[in-house]
Amino acid sequence: MSRPPAVEKARPDERAGGGGVESYFDTFKRRFRGGELGSLPVALGLVVVWLIFESLNENFLSPRNLSNLSVDIVGVGLISIGVVFVLLLGEIDLSVGSVSGLAAAAFAVLNVNQGMAEGPALLLAILCGTAVGAVQGFFFAKVGVPAFVVTLAGLLGWNGLMLYILGTSGTINLDDKGLLAGLTNFYFNDVAAAYGLAALGTAGYFLASYQDARRRRAAGVPSRPLSEIIVRTAVLAAITLAAAYVLNQFLGLPLALLIFLVILVGLDFVLRRTSYGRMIFALGGSVETARRTGLNVDLVRISVFMVSGTMAAMGGLFLASRVTSASQTSGSGNLLMDAIAAAVIGGTSMFGGRGRTWSALLGVLVIQSIASGVALMGIQTAVQFMITGGVLLIAVVIDSLSRRAQKSHGRV
Amino acid sequence: MSAPPLLALHGIFKRFGAVQALADVELEIHAGEVVALVGDNGAGKSTLVKVISGVAPADAGAVEWEGRSVQITRPHEARDLGIATVFQDLALCDNLDVVGNLFLGREIRRFGVLDEVEMERLTLGLLDTLAIRMPSVRLPVASLSGGQRQTVAISRSLLGEPKLLLLDEPTAALGIEQTAQVLDLVEQLRERGHGVLLISHNMGDVKAVADWIAVLRLGRNNGFFDVTTTSHEQIISSITGATDNAVTRRRAYEREVEL
Ligand SMILES: Nc1ncnc2c1ncn2[C@@H]1O[C@H](COP(=O)(O)OP(=O)(O)O)[C@@H](O)[C@H]1O
Ligand SMILES: [Mg+2]
Repeated sequence: MSRPPAVEKARPDERAGGGGVESYFDTFKRRFRGGELGSLPVALGLVVVWLIFESLNENFLSPRNLSNLSVDIVGVGLISIGVVFVLLLGEIDLSVGSVSGLAAAAFAVLNVNQGMAEGPALLLAILCGTAVGAVQGFFFAKVGVPAFVVTLAGLLGWNGLMLYILGTSGTINLDDKGLLAGLTNFYFNDVAAAYGLAALGTAGYFLASYQDARRRRAAGVPSRPLSEIIVRTAVLAAITLAAAYVLNQFLGLPLALLIFLVILVGLDFVLRRTSYGRMIFALGGSVETARRTGLNVDLVRISVFMVSGTMAAMGGLFLASRVTSASQTSGSGNLLMDAIAAAVIGGTSMFGGRGRTWSALLGVLVIQSIASGVALMGIQTAVQFMITGGVLLIAVVIDSLSRRAQKSHGRV
Repeated sequence: MSAPPLLALHGIFKRFGAVQALADVELEIHAGEVVALVGDNGAGKSTLVKVISGVAPADAGAVEWEGRSVQITRPHEARDLGIATVFQDLALCDNLDVVGNLFLGREIRRFGVLDEVEMERLTLGLLDTLAIRMPSVRLPVASLSGGQRQTVAISRSLLGEPKLLLLDEPTAALGIEQTAQVLDLVEQLRERGHGVLLISHNMGDVKAVADWIAVLRLGRNNGFFDVTTTSHEQIISSITGATDNAVTRRRAYEREVEL
């Protein structure tokens, strides 16, 4: 045939992706126009919420209030991380509130009523959440019941189980000097702890980015320019050091916050840097594609519900720790809605396949800030619900619009 | 006879509920040959591709790979044999970027962690050899055009040098230039000794690159022709069924003589 062979090299400037800084910014621009806003809207929203409440009440941004906020977010935040995993599949877990209550009750019964040591009781309570997730995941993945229905049954069923094991006692008070209570009332008073964590996080981020950019340059693929790495690191340093400063003005770094951040970073790594995480995203994009590619769809689905159950249990234990008791109202109220709303407000898509664990942190910060601000001003909770509902609506609208932008962008 | 065929299918049956999508299908593909699979819509072409690629295993029938009897019941079994597929619907994950799609299910790892740099480097290299231009390999494929998505699916199938490539209407969303590129690619693969099964509705394309034309009609074989000695009309009529009986009778005879 007379056509030139396809192996002929494209000109360097036409290479797919190209190299260097320009194409890096080009990708960024295209992503942005393609509707991938990431955490930008929620970060801006958080600043707005803080400025509004600070202008209404100067105690809002006080070290005491912010420090309390940083502990208050942990329970819901942990549950919300699990919700992010499930949302990435494009599914929903309505049982997380009930599971968190069940775990708290299980711990209380084992520790207080049965006299088991706190450590093993804590572990068993968490594993209880894992097991619940495995059961729900089985019915979803293997039996084919929609996740919505399975976890709705779970919402009722696990709540019933919690009431059953609490028995007639109703409320079980926990040891307020024990291990569980310590989860939320222990602070690293030494100022070095908070500053050290901030410095460590920032340095770690810089080194990882720098190393990545160097490997990319060596391999001849587009890399993040050093100037941008420096700017990003500086922003991160400013935020973390400011947070450390504020926390040190009160009692220092809360243990709860440290645990939350470690889990957050760890699971973010799992999602974005491992094959397992990639499988979760693939399933959220197209189950059929994942199946045809030979991925073990059922196993991934079950495991994700196990993650969700485990995180719900952990969150429930932190919530119990905060009030040093487990009661019939554990895991009820707005908890479920807050956990799901936090993930969505934080930028994780309801449609599956897009999101990060960090959205749990950002979203729960927004929700708890509103709750805390409203409480400080002594307004009715009715107002809090309306504001949070409005914020959630905005988040879902952004999600839907960005999805549409992505679908239409560039498609012929 | 020379070497055994790369792939041989015997008596393949596949049923979806009430629809008998494939019945007693025979097919042979030799290394270094391009077999075009043609037939009307609903003839069972895509189903046959799914059978070979392990996505929808056959209900009955025998599969031979390089002369050995094999079972293909799962996608990764087909992949391990060296069979790669471009599905009619492309089977991409819209939310993953080009690199993520290319390496899905066979990610390169370094100390157990995804080696994004290496995967990106290989992706750029592959696209470069195929002379494919992409705005960026780090964009979700949802934001690519139909033609670009198709080239992503084709590139993915070529990763890892498959011995047999199944292309289910690979040029459907492509322009003239890109179609020509894909056809060139098919010829290159044949020259390198790979086997290709090409499904296409475009008789011009089929005649340009195929060595053999296999016709499916209502889920059954309806002719196996040598491209050089068969007229356009003959193929069309066996696709539409105008010469149903004559062709069916001639098929077995022709294969014996020509193979
Ligand atoms: N997953 C399925 N479920 C039910 N019927 C199917 C399925 N896949 C294909 N079919 C049916 O099998 C027949 C062959 O389809 P297909 O292989 O897609 O044809 P072609 O690709 O030749 O157009 C059609 O009648 C189609 O409706
Ligand atoms: Mg088809």
